[in-house]
Amino acid sequence: MLPIAIIRDFLDETGTLGRFTGRFFSTGLKPRFEFKELLNQCYIIGYKSLPLIALTGFIMGLVLTMQLRPSLVDYGVESQLPVMVGIAIVREIGPVITALIFAGKIASSIGAELGSMKVTEQIDAMEVSGTNPFKYLVATRALATTLMLPVLTVMGDAISLLGAYIGVNIRSVTSFYLFFTQIFHSLTFGDALPAFIKTFFFGFAVGMIGCYKGYTSSKGTRGVGSSANSAVVLSSVVIFIIDLLAVQLTDLLGLN
Amino acid sequence: MKKSTDTVSNSPAIVIEKLCKSFGDHVVLKDFSLTVQKEENVVVLGKSGSGKSVLIKCIIGLLNPDSGNIWVFGENVPELAHDALDQIRARIGFLFQGNALYDSMTVRENLEFPLRRHWINHSQKQVDALVMEALENVGLAYTVNLMPEELSGGMLKRVALARTMILKPEVILYDEPTTGLDPVTAREIDNLILKLQKKYHTSSIIITHDMNCVKNTADRVALLLDGHCYAQGTYADFEQSADPNIHQFFE
Repeated sequence: MLPIAIIRDFLDETGTLGRFTGRFFSTGLKPRFEFKELLNQCYIIGYKSLPLIALTGFIMGLVLTMQLRPSLVDYGVESQLPVMVGIAIVREIGPVITALIFAGKIASSIGAELGSMKVTEQIDAMEVSGTNPFKYLVATRALATTLMLPVLTVMGDAISLLGAYIGVNIRSVTSFYLFFTQIFHSLTFGDALPAFIKTFFFGFAVGMIGCYKGYTSSKGTRGVGSSANSAVVLSSVVIFIIDLLAVQLTDLLGLN
Repeated sequence: MKKSTDTVSNSPAIVIEKLCKSFGDHVVLKDFSLTVQKEENVVVLGKSGSGKSVLIKCIIGLLNPDSGNIWVFGENVPELAHDALDQIRARIGFLFQGNALYDSMTVRENLEFPLRRHWINHSQKQVDALVMEALENVGLAYTVNLMPEELSGGMLKRVALARTMILKPEVILYDEPTTGLDPVTAREIDNLILKLQKKYHTSSIIITHDMNCVKNTADRVALLLDGHCYAQGTYADFEQSADPNIHQFFE
């Protein structure tokens, strides 16, 4: 494909995604609200993702601690291990890894579900039933991912710190109280709040991209697979871009 | 805009005037006109890809025509705002070619879905009664708690028909109702269409190229050819026609 065609396709896709997101704000947030479906999606997207987020968070905390220890021992600052792990998890690793795992599970699931509904005319059937499918399917899912990812991140961080505590105690003995006191004394408002706020944007991106890819799916079952796949890839890339912008912004605001 | 004839009780259910629809350079409908009287079954016959499905998707407002008018219950569908279109849609049933049942919902939930959107003041008892009535109409009351994946092709079509009928629409649009079914099941669907038309006094447009379906269900047949209504008449008129464009459907 010619470079010009690639650039044109990229701009076309970006413009369509931008319009799709604009539609969320212009029509998706207006009454009639689909509260029941929103709650249902919060349950599916949030509650059912918890075991995966908990497992990966726990392993992440444990492994991070075990990998960091030798370097800190070399510099003679092993006692700072809880502080380093705590800051790394709360500020960066927790939100980003949770968002990436979430994108892998949820963006693909939404992309495949809506893509399948699109190619089997279920979205058209919804429309002729007098239901606005954008509100019912897209707005509820995008809101649910926006609301649930921050909750999952807080829980994932907590479980990750628990994994870190166990990691610390594999080679030495530190009390639960001392470990968490050290972490919470070292963490500041500027560590936790920007990290928490950016997860809303991660969640919105995952939901919006998953819905966009599914809702605009075509070319039959092959298109559904492609939608699910590209939803994960695109939302993962966008998570990193948002993270980069968030770091720059918090730096500009002097929160770092 | 409202058409003056709306107040006349025996005015047509659907009037299509000079409908045009293109996709890029591909002209699908070109000055297509058709009138469907109340309680009449009109079969639109045409080859695959001739624009039959596009026609009924324009009628229900899923596609916007490039030009032309579609009068349903005296309202011009292409000019309707979203809320007004939803009100019209509550009076029109649409049976999709692929059934389009929600595969994450049970049969009961599939049938309840349109009810919950339009008849929000109904109690659960009334909703249950309507669901069971619709399923009994198609002889599938026992499938109420099953998932669509547990049903056969013919059963799926009948459940889809029950969902189409649940709001007691005055007009029904059937998109190839017998495609992919064996002749016996196809005949059952044809009989159901006639039975429900008689029971609820509906007007219908049936899109098909299945000549058995045409023979069994049509009060009048319209041939869609090259984007316009090439010929209209009864099934017998078509059967006796010497026109090669019509005769080819009987070969």
